[in-house]
Amino acid sequence: MIKKIYFQSIFFSFFFIKEAFAAESGGMPQLNPEFWVSQIFWLILTFGIMYLVLSKLILPKISNNLESRKSQILENIEAAEKQREDSDAKLKEYDEIISKSKLEANGIFNQAREKALKDISAKREVLDKQIDNEIAEAEKEIDALRKNAPDKINKIAIETSSELLQKLIGAEVNNSSISAIVDDLSKRNGDKYYGN
Amino acid sequence: MAANPMSQFDVYRIGPEIKVGAFDISFTNASLFMILSTVSILLIFNLGSKKNSIIPNKIQLLAELSYTFVSKMISDTAGSKAKPYFAFIFSLFMFVLFCNMFGMIPYTFTVTSHIIVTFVLAAFIFIGVTVIGFIKHGFGYLKLFVPSGVPAILLPLIVVIEIISYLSRPISLSVRLFANMMAGHTMMKVFGGFVISLGIVGGWLPLSFSVALTGLEILVAFLQAYVFAILTCIYLNDALNLHH
Repeated sequence: MIKKIYFQSIFFSFFFIKEAFAAESGGMPQLNPEFWVSQIFWLILTFGIMYLVLSKLILPKISNNLESRKSQILENIEAAEKQREDSDAKLKEYDEIISKSKLEANGIFNQAREKALKDISAKREVLDKQIDNEIAEAEKEIDALRKNAPDKINKIAIETSSELLQKLIGAEVNNSSISAIVDDLSKRNGDKYYGN
Repeated sequence: MAANPMSQFDVYRIGPEIKVGAFDISFTNASLFMILSTVSILLIFNLGSKKNSIIPNKIQLLAELSYTFVSKMISDTAGSKAKPYFAFIFSLFMFVLFCNMFGMIPYTFTVTSHIIVTFVLAAFIFIGVTVIGFIKHGFGYLKLFVPSGVPAILLPLIVVIEIISYLSRPISLSVRLFANMMAGHTMMKVFGGFVISLGIVGGWLPLSFSVALTGLEILVAFLQAYVFAILTCIYLNDALNLHH
């Protein structure tokens, strides 16, 4: 649509031009050679200077800028990659250290436990022995006491009976005869008095 | 300003008449806009290349985008051999683009709407490309006119056609740019004239056309600069790589 209007209006505008220029000197100003040389001269001058300045000064700088940016970005990417690798290695190292120290701690703990257990068992043994000894001694003492007890009782019985007899009868009685009687009694009734 | 739509293309002298021998090289409005275009190009690209920051500012981005745009255009069409001619094609593209764009500002003069300017550019390109072709390939460059795989009977005809098409390159190149610029600007002037002559009642329609045409003309201004540069690249490609 726009294209159609565009070309139509170009077409009509040329009609218009022809009419407009019918009365005037005619033709387009472009075809008037009066300033051709001037235009060529200024074109060569301006374009030439622009070309020289652009090609010698400005374009190398722009290409330099682009190159340096490119290389810097590549460098940065490389550095980032390197740092990533480094951090990965560090992380691995850290993990290793952690697992190693865990193992170590476990070992130390086990060792300490074993040692403590050993200590405890050694001490227990010593104590057990001591207790056993003491028990044995006490038993011995008791045994000894038990063994001696009838004799002492007999003796007391003999003395008591002799004194009793003296008071009752007023005469001395031979100790040996009394002791024979006490012995005999205690042998007969020992079980009744002392248990066992 | 005159109502004549062609008066915008008038070249007139600014300041005194300068004559070198028989030639009149006076400073004109065309010269003024050539200088304006080149100065603004140099200013923008100088500002855009001054600082080298990793994150470019706006003007640096503009300069660098134009650089990569043109360099990609050249490497796509003419290959890596065309690298020495990068500066020329870049200058050419920027010069034509800025002249076209300056012409879009009201009351300005469009340098590229003059056949003599575009023809000088095109002729320079034509001669330069031909010289490069002969330097690179010697007389082997003439093989350009003999396409491979053509029946022998047709060959004389094809060669003649090829030679004519080769010789018409500067004309087509220059006329394309000049005609596009002139036609567009004339049409805009005509529509502008319609707005005035139809007045407040009927002037709205041509006014809206004028607005649309301004957008179109800006597109054309860019496109013609691009076409001019890319055709130069294609001609250069023929001279450098010669595969027909």
